[in-house]
Amino acid sequence: MNLLIVENLSKSFRGLKAVSDASFTIPDGSINALIGPNGAGKTTIFNMVAGVFPPDIGKIRFMAKEIQGLRPDQVCAAGIGRTFQIVKPFAGLSVLDNVIVGSFLRSKNAADSRRYALEILEKLQLGPKRDLPASSLTLPDRKRLEVARALATRPRLLLLDEVMAGLRPTECDQMVEMFRDLNKTDGLTILLIEHVMRAVMALAQHIGVLHHGEVIARGTPEEIVRDPAVLECYLGEETEV
Amino acid sequence: MLLPWFAGSYALSVATLILYFAYTGQAWNVMMGFAGQLSLGHALYVGVGGYAAGALFFHYGIGPWAGLWLAILLCVALGLAIGFLAFRFGISGVYFALLTIAFAEFTRIGFDHLDWLGGPGGMFLKVAQRDSIDLLNFRGPPTMYYYAILALSIGAFVLCFFLLKSKAGYYWQAIRENEEAAQALGINTFRWKMLAVAISSAMTAVSGVFFAFYYNNLFPEQIFHISRSIEIILGPIIGGIGTLFGPILGAVVLTLLSDGITEGLAAMGWEIPGIKQVFYGLVLLAVIMFLPNGIWPPLARRLGFHK
Repeated sequence: MNLLIVENLSKSFRGLKAVSDASFTIPDGSINALIGPNGAGKTTIFNMVAGVFPPDIGKIRFMAKEIQGLRPDQVCAAGIGRTFQIVKPFAGLSVLDNVIVGSFLRSKNAADSRRYALEILEKLQLGPKRDLPASSLTLPDRKRLEVARALATRPRLLLLDEVMAGLRPTECDQMVEMFRDLNKTDGLTILLIEHVMRAVMALAQHIGVLHHGEVIARGTPEEIVRDPAVLECYLGEETEV
Repeated sequence: MLLPWFAGSYALSVATLILYFAYTGQAWNVMMGFAGQLSLGHALYVGVGGYAAGALFFHYGIGPWAGLWLAILLCVALGLAIGFLAFRFGISGVYFALLTIAFAEFTRIGFDHLDWLGGPGGMFLKVAQRDSIDLLNFRGPPTMYYYAILALSIGAFVLCFFLLKSKAGYYWQAIRENEEAAQALGINTFRWKMLAVAISSAMTAVSGVFFAFYYNNLFPEQIFHISRSIEIILGPIIGGIGTLFGPILGAVVLTLLSDGITEGLAAMGWEIPGIKQVFYGLVLLAVIMFLPNGIWPPLARRLGFHK
C-alpha cells in the first residue's frame, strides 16, 4: 500500500520553476530518500508536503486523502511529522518539555503526554538530558531532539530534512542505526532529503533523484548509482578532450 | 492577609497599589510572558473595563457585578479584534506592539469626544459612606478594596499556575520560542494566540473595574495613556517575564521603591516633578544591565527552586 502519493507536482517562484511535474510514491513501512544537487527542488517538494506552501499544480495524497494546501499543523495532525534542516528547538524549555509539546497532539492529558514524551526520550537516548535546557544541547543532540519532538506527535510518516548535515561520520552512523530501528520496530515510514550519501546508501530502500525540479531517476540504491542520468547530473557529462 | 489590622491607611493604600500592579502584570504576562505576544497597549483594557462598569453604575446605578461581565465582554471582543487583525495578516513582533499602541491611543482620543462618558473632563462615581461595606455595589472602606485585590491577585496566580501546566501553557511557550516549529507539531498557532489574548484581556478588564471603583474617577487622558501601559508591563519585566512570581516581585519592588523615593524626597522638602519616572528609568536600566531575565530567575536559583 502506498502511504504517500505525489502526483504531477509543480511549483514556481516568480516565474522560476522550482519543481516541475514531480511524481513519486512512498510505500507504507519503507525508508525513502530524495536526493539531488543543490537547488534541485528537494526542499520545495518537502515544504509542499509539509504544508508550508501549496503547490501550483498537482496532488499530494496521504493515506488516501488529499492534503495539498493544508496548513502545517493540519498536515501534522493528519499524521506527518517533520524536522527542520536548521534545527528549531524551543530553546528556553527543557528537553523533556520540548517533547511534551509534541506529544500533546495525541494525548488525553498532561500526565499522559509526559509519559509518552519520556518513552520517546529513552528511545532516542536523550533520557539523561531531559532536564537540561534545549539551548545547552550539542548539535547531534539537537538533531535528536528535533526527531524526538516530531516522533512525539505519533506520525505515520516522518519527513527528515537533511538531518545528517553537520554530523561526524560516527554520529551519522548512530542516527542511521536509530532510524533503521524506528522503521523496523515501529513500522515508521520515512522520507529523507539528504546530501550525505553515506547515510542515504545505508538507509534508503528507494531513492528518487531530482535535477532542475524534475525527477530524473527512481529506484533502489544499486540501480541509482549505475543510472547514467544520475551520474551525469552528479559528475557532469563525458567530454572528449 | 492580616495587614489591615496593624497597618495605617497609607501602608494599606501602598499595599493595594502593589497588588493592583501584581494582578494586572500577571494578566499581561499571559500574553507576553507565556505566549510571546508583546502588547504595549494594555491600558486599553483597563480603560474600557473601567469605563464599562463605571458607566453602568454612573448612569443606571447598576453595580459592578453586572458591569464586570460587560467589561469582560467588551475587552475580550476588542482583544480578539486586534488579535484577528494581527495574526491573520501576519503582523508580529514590534509591528504587533505598534498595533496595540495604536488601538489604545485612538480609543483614548475617541473617549475624549464621548460626552456621555464625561469626555476629557472625566467621569466621577459617587463616593458613598466609606466605612460601611456595600458589597452589592462594591462600595466600602479601603480595607474592602485591599481584600478584593488580594483575592484577585491570588486568583490570578493560581489560574496562571494551572495554565502553565496545561496544554495551553505548553503550546503558548512553544509559540513564544519558535512559532514555525510549534506549527509543525500540530499546533494551530492562530487559535492558541487568540486564546492567550482573550484570557489576558478578560483579566485586565477586571482590573479596570477595580480601578474605577477604587479611585472613583476616570479620565481618558490618564487611564488610556501609554504611560499606563508601560507602568503595567514594568513589573513583570523587572520581576521576570514569563514567570509566575515575576509580576508580583516586580510590583513590590517598583511600587515600594518609587513611593519610597517620592516620600523620602518630600520629607526632605524636595518636590521634584518627574522624579518617579527618572527612578523607574534607572531601575529598568540596572535590571537590563545586570539581570537581563529579571529579578526572579536568579533569585529562584539562589533559593533552590527549579524554575
